[in-house]
Amino acid sequence: MSQQESLYEQIGGEAAVNAAVDIFYRKVLSDERINAFFDDVDMEKQAAKQKAFLTMAFGGPHNYTGLDMRQGHAHLVARGLNDSHVDAVIEDLGATLRELGVKEELIAQVAAIAESTRDDVLSR
Amino acid sequence: MGATAMAIIRYAKDNFELEENQSVLDCLTHGGVIVPFSCRSGVCQTCLMRATGGTPTEASQQGLKDSLRLQNYFLPCVCYPDNDLEVALPDDADAQAVIPATVKSLRLLNTDIMHVELESHAQLDYRAGQFINLFQHQTQGRSYSLASVPHQDNHLHLHVRRLPQGRVSGWIHDELRPGQTVELRGPGGDCFYIPGDHAQSMMLIGTGSGLAPLYGIIRDALSQGHTGPIYLFHGSRDLNGLYLSAELRELMAHYANFNYIPCLSGDDVPAGYASGRAHDIAFAQIPNLKNWRIFLCGHPEMVRVTKRKAFLAGAAMKNIYADAFNVSQPL
Ligand SMILES: Cc1cc2nc3c(=O)[nH]c(=O)nc-3n(C[C@H](O)[C@H](O)[C@H](O)COP(=O)(O)OP(=O)(O)OC[C@H]3O[C@@H](n4cnc5c(N)ncnc54)[C@H](O)[C@@H]3O)c2cc1C
Ligand code: HEM
Ligand code: FES
Repeated sequence: MSQQESLYEQIGGEAAVNAAVDIFYRKVLSDERINAFFDDVDMEKQAAKQKAFLTMAFGGPHNYTGLDMRQGHAHLVARGLNDSHVDAVIEDLGATLRELGVKEELIAQVAAIAESTRDDVLSR
Repeated sequence: MGATAMAIIRYAKDNFELEENQSVLDCLTHGGVIVPFSCRSGVCQTCLMRATGGTPTEASQQGLKDSLRLQNYFLPCVCYPDNDLEVALPDDADAQAVIPATVKSLRLLNTDIMHVELESHAQLDYRAGQFINLFQHQTQGRSYSLASVPHQDNHLHLHVRRLPQGRVSGWIHDELRPGQTVELRGPGGDCFYIPGDHAQSMMLIGTGSGLAPLYGIIRDALSQGHTGPIYLFHGSRDLNGLYLSAELRELMAHYANFNYIPCLSGDDVPAGYASGRAHDIAFAQIPNLKNWRIFLCGHPEMVRVTKRKAFLAGAAMKNIYADAFNVSQPL
């Protein structure tokens, strides 16, 4: 199975991340359930971090550890970040990929990667 | 010099030897240089640096705005160069030399805004819309945007708004005299016109002296043959706050693709002016910004809100250029 393309490659690699970032970020900012968490962060930096998030969720190359995810979201947990917010993010992510015409089976794999970080993101 | 060094990385006059398969970021941090970083994989842009000598690798400029790439900004965490590089942090003051300049003229554009014309003693390689830092004395400098266009205007032009109790703006308004020599650093910033897509529609919104960079950017774009529609919304509370209106109307008469919409948010709005805040009027007139290029300058809150609105109205992040005229918070 080593010849098989990785999830990241199947989705389209960096080009797919670039195509997805504006769509995803637009969804997040318009999503009343979660946009308050993104209110006071610099948009440019935030968009770059969305790219990091998408790369990670698409199974692409990254150097984040579980500890990084804990530390990176701890200030949000303190502000009330909970399961419903993670659900919303995963939902927006799915809608973004659907808009880009990505196959459902790949979307499910992306959701599973995001899901696997849930406990770290929520500091549990 | 070690035989294994792939290249030499020079930072603040120190030389660091780059090892095989080592990124510029790792090389610098191992050498004790503090460079902020986060993802270490070229996506978050936290580690952004600028090559002041040598050329950064193509891979290390992937995903950066054109305006940043043109200025040799790069991401050291994904930079594995074969050649020597001299690098600086983006806000590293030592990266830019102090340039003396002579004040050529000072003239009020309205009751609050001073047109400052400076003759730089050294060639200043800038683009209209970038800013320079002007120093009252060694430790007190402020950013002012360039309204002049290189090759079109002989000198540097600034529009400086007087702030109540403002130290540097007060000094410029009350004490600066023609013939005096001042010091400046720069240029900096990525709010400027990039040629390439001449037919793209452009929306520019500025409040108060936020017109300074926009005035430069518009004239730069027109002189470079921009053919797409250009809409300038300049906002102020009352008629007194607008300026360069005659010049902008004349520009409109010369270029069919240029539109100037002066906006007044106060109660007294004569005929020929739009009534309301500049960004509200802009979005009402142009609700869909897909494929548009956007420039936003002036009041920080206006810039913040409008940036988000423009993005939600369909403008791509990379097509939004903004300079918030942040004033330093008093201690
Ligand atoms: C990228 C960029 C571009 C810019 N371009 C321009 C431009 O083109 N034109 C322009 O006019 N400006 C521009 N600015 C703003 C400019 O750099 C200065 O911030 C501005 O001129 C104010 O500087 P100052 O020294 O006069 O005021 P400061 O002395 O720094 O005071 C800032 C504010 O704090 C208040 N303040 C100061 N001391 C006190 C105190 N003790 N108690 C209470 N309040 C106090 C002042 O009233 C003032 O409103 C730009 C800023 C940035 C970041
Ligand atoms: C679903 C799993 C999630 C993953 C894998 C994830 C991943 C990431 C990553 C990689 C970063 C960039 C970190 C950095 O480089 O600094 C980040 C930052 C961020 N995330 Fe998440 N995230 C998740 C869920 C969420 C949720 C549910 C929210 C809020 C609703 C959220 C809000 C943020 C914010 C606001 C930042 C920026 C923090 C800052 O710099 O201030 N994330 N996330
Ligand atoms: S550390 Fe994220 S781009 Fe370099």
